[in-house]
Amino acid sequence: MPLDLFTVGDPIADTKAPTDVPIGERWSERQFRGRLVNPANRRKMTIIVVGTGLAGGAAAATLGEAGYKVKSFWYQDSPRRAHSVAAQGGINAAKNYRNDGDSVHRLFYDTVKGGDFRARENNVHRLAEVSVNIIDQAVAQGVPFAREYGGLLDNRSFGGTQVSRTFYARGQTGQQLLYGAYQALERQIAVGSVEQHARTEMLDLIIVDGRARGIVARDLVSGEISTHFADAVVIASGGYSNVFYLSTNAKGSNTTAIWRAHKRGAYFANPCYTQIHPTCIPVKGDYQSKLTLMSESLRNDGRVWVPKERGDDRPANDIPEDERDYYLERLYPAFGNLVPRDIASRQAKNVCDEGRGVGPGGLGVYLDFAEAIDRLGRPAVEAKYGNLFDMYAQITGEDPYVTPMRIFPAVHYTMGGLWVDYDLQSTIPGMFVIGEANFSDHGANRLGASALMQGLADGYFVLPSTISSYLADGPFEKVDESHPAAVEALQGVQQQTQKLLSINGNRTPASFHRELGQLMWDFCGMERTDEGLRKAIDRIREIRQEFWSDLKVGGDWHSFNQTLEHAGRVADFIELGELMCIDALHRNESCGGHFRAESQTPEGEALRDDENFAYVAAWEWTPESQPPVLHKEDLVYEYVHLAQRSYK
Amino acid sequence: MTVTHAGRRTPKVAKTNSVVKKAVMAISGIVMVLYLIAHMVGNLKVFTGRESFNHYSEWIRTIGAPALPPQTALTIIRIALLVAVIAHFWAAVSLWRQAKRARPERYVTKKAVAQSYASRTMRWGGVIVLLFIVYHILDLTTGTVNPDGHDSTPYDRLVASFSNPFITAFYVISLVLLGMHLRHGIWSATQTLGQSNRRRERTVTAFALVFSVVLTAGFLIVPFSVLFGLVD
Amino acid sequence: MTASMQSSVGNPADSKRGMNLTLRIWRQKDPSVKGKMVTYKVTDISPDMSFLEMLDVLNEQLIMQGDDPVAFDHDCREGICGMCGLMINGQAHGPQQTTTCQLHMRSFKDGDKIDIEPWRSSAFPVIKDLAVDRRAFDRIIQAGGYISVPTGTAPEAHATPVPKADSDAAFDAATCIGCGACVAACPNASSMLFTAAKVTHLGLLPQGQPERNDRVVNMVAQQDREGFGGCTNIGECSAACPKGISMETISRLNHDLLGALRAGARPKS
Repeated sequence: MPLDLFTVGDPIADTKAPTDVPIGERWSERQFRGRLVNPANRRKMTIIVVGTGLAGGAAAATLGEAGYKVKSFWYQDSPRRAHSVAAQGGINAAKNYRNDGDSVHRLFYDTVKGGDFRARENNVHRLAEVSVNIIDQAVAQGVPFAREYGGLLDNRSFGGTQVSRTFYARGQTGQQLLYGAYQALERQIAVGSVEQHARTEMLDLIIVDGRARGIVARDLVSGEISTHFADAVVIASGGYSNVFYLSTNAKGSNTTAIWRAHKRGAYFANPCYTQIHPTCIPVKGDYQSKLTLMSESLRNDGRVWVPKERGDDRPANDIPEDERDYYLERLYPAFGNLVPRDIASRQAKNVCDEGRGVGPGGLGVYLDFAEAIDRLGRPAVEAKYGNLFDMYAQITGEDPYVTPMRIFPAVHYTMGGLWVDYDLQSTIPGMFVIGEANFSDHGANRLGASALMQGLADGYFVLPSTISSYLADGPFEKVDESHPAAVEALQGVQQQTQKLLSINGNRTPASFHRELGQLMWDFCGMERTDEGLRKAIDRIREIRQEFWSDLKVGGDWHSFNQTLEHAGRVADFIELGELMCIDALHRNESCGGHFRAESQTPEGEALRDDENFAYVAAWEWTPESQPPVLHKEDLVYEYVHLAQRSYK
Repeated sequence: MTVTHAGRRTPKVAKTNSVVKKAVMAISGIVMVLYLIAHMVGNLKVFTGRESFNHYSEWIRTIGAPALPPQTALTIIRIALLVAVIAHFWAAVSLWRQAKRARPERYVTKKAVAQSYASRTMRWGGVIVLLFIVYHILDLTTGTVNPDGHDSTPYDRLVASFSNPFITAFYVISLVLLGMHLRHGIWSATQTLGQSNRRRERTVTAFALVFSVVLTAGFLIVPFSVLFGLVD
Repeated sequence: MTASMQSSVGNPADSKRGMNLTLRIWRQKDPSVKGKMVTYKVTDISPDMSFLEMLDVLNEQLIMQGDDPVAFDHDCREGICGMCGLMINGQAHGPQQTTTCQLHMRSFKDGDKIDIEPWRSSAFPVIKDLAVDRRAFDRIIQAGGYISVPTGTAPEAHATPVPKADSDAAFDAATCIGCGACVAACPNASSMLFTAAKVTHLGLLPQGQPERNDRVVNMVAQQDREGFGGCTNIGECSAACPKGISMETISRLNHDLLGALRAGARPKS
């Protein structure tokens, strides 16, 4: 590995999980050993929470209920808009309501295995333990989960597990869970325990005496850039899939909060772990602004195929049965169309690379329901998937009951994020990171219906408990806007903002974003190679130069300026993109969503290298022109045995 | 965005709950509808002849006699109706003003999708019906503006008015408006009083339509009969 | 060859010619100044574009010309976050009963003139151009649109079975995305459908019963306080609602409100 791209620093380790007791007791032991803040003192402590998705919304509400003074920030108009709202499938919990052999241990095991043995055992076990409380909490809040005729909660099987542990609310589980957290948050806003900052974007972290003590934020309506102070800062700003420009994330989803915190000293872990979801609606044209996911559940009844011949451009229904290649059923007879997401995505890419893709540009494969309609009848298919079929018809103008759907993989979720310890505290004391923004629980691949579980576990149960251990040292000395650290941070943000506006070049932020996204997709997407990643790194550096010399943003920063917002986010995506490529290049193995062409089995499956890469890669930011520093956290498996995944 | 940004926020707060206003409108409407049913049935007495009709008119004024003073029942009815009209009108004006305040800047282009003609004309239709009622009382109850003057008998006043095609036309237009007002009003009252639901929806809509048509027809038959000489 | 998503996709294979459209868009710098309709032309618009992608194209042009791009709210662009919302040719979210982001240009034809305005309601003041401030909805929720259950206090999820019919009906109401189309479409600028959806969602569930009376009186009082108009049962709201929330929810709110008032519940001042 060339030293010019990065250097290796000291190893890093989590010191908070009590490893002296069995894994099933560690969480309760940690809670017991942790220190508490007495209720009278909580009123004197302020906590900033950035983001109002499942993690941030739940955390802000819970901390408010506990008696802390909370300041909640979000960039949309209402906390109810956070992109957790778009999660479709469901939420896992080890309730074992089906009596099918599920347990906390099995959920723990499935998640570690699903993450291709790149997740931390202690965190995952806690996640599985807490999962059952989440369901209780959500039901009590009035979340209308699907129920059976007896009035009890329904479950379904999801994401290739052998038990039914997924709770769902039709195809809108994320929406309903988010509204539960949102309503709890609004209740706290009403009683005054949470102060709201709508349409306000975090642009920097303020560190005083080594502790995170506040943020710099811009009011997106008035344009005012100001400082906000607290005894602790919680970041719950979600994932960074939009580095690819086209993803299933919301247009506003961004990396700015975690990236600026990273530049202040928080380590960024496993940035290259991205999840590419196999069932999305394909791209239509170069004006395309986002990709839409179709629930994974479609693969329960739909059959995936492409023509056997390259360049066969006959309409799908004119291609006879024996000239179709049902490639997933052919390659994976045991799991067929239900192989995990990373495998389904990569095989779709492979057939398209062979020139057998369908639709515009040959970037799609068929997901065919003809057989299901024959077998079950159209009404049954309508009842099961009606809303998804309607959505598909709305977007594509095609009728999926008549012609097969066309699907293609799209970036969906980022397993990487800021490094946190068992307490969810980053390498900056006083800064906690929860939900998709941290790296902790999914390893190199996230299982379906686990994102909602992790966001809510962090927000409702884990963070509110662990943060008190830190705050027990507080309240800390009062800091205000005249503090040198605050002045420096504020001025830095103002200067950068002014700089973005003053370049006055020839390219819009969207044009840079599109180019970066294309590059990331081509070289840091479903398949990564040494050569491609090096090419990408070189080009990203050029893009960065061009960005800072040829950007065009109109208007000023003292008003509502959406182009300026976008420009700031793209600047961070460019830097993050480079780190992702470096991380992908250094990890010379395939694991989960990270597939290195150089590391595969003879059958073309992902080949892990546990000998050399069973660690978390935590990256430290270094100032301009110096390569980032890699800190390794060794992954120790006491309870789950490392094994090669097989879905044959 | 902690500070509420500049711009007009409506500081004026509705004093009465908007749903309560609608309930007042629904209940006062029901009172008036009950009266209209009685009124229409009474009108049909015109076909039993001058004598009988005038006698009916006299009877209304002497219900309960001799135990009660003359016009007791009628006065009670009139007070109840007056209260209902005022309440209905107050609620309508109040909601209208609230709606005006709620959208000070109108759309440049606005398309109605679900509105029926009846629901769209509730407000102006209501005003016209109100003006009609005033005229109608001056015409047939007090006779003030009746061609035959206030000394005439009810039957004569009726014949005198409806023999004039212009007056009849005014009655017809107003009654059709009243019919439409009722059609939406009946459905609306069920909704406002929280009695409509998906199962009942079709029944309520059908009932509102049939009821309004029957009532309007029942009223219209009298002026037409006079105009075409069936009653003279 | 690599599967390349963006650049290799040219015009869609369907070979439909791009459309030329005349847009009249409400431009308003900030709440303190008066706005007006301004005419723009866009050319070669693909029928497969979403409505917002068409506006993206316009904005890219405006930025390059040094003009102020049109401000409009949007986020998820998959019809669920409720952030987007435009009055298109006089209809909330345009001619289809869906969100603006899910409206596609195939609903229009070459040469069309399209009027685009913000939601108009004094409770939703304009921030800029087509973006409005909808926090009044959040304050209605703050007034009672929740079940008070602090984290950690919940009983076991199966402790209270809920009849499937009630649960399904509650879900239907709970799908409201808070986009504000109901207010925008209502001739009275009433927020009744929004409030009713939440009252119905929580009122149908056993968990929502203890606060049922207080919830409805406080939420209705708050929506009046925010300056929304009153409901006169016209039905434009439900016809414009991208999630198809039914007018039945309003009947249920009315029923609950009158019942709560009879039972002595009064709004907090």
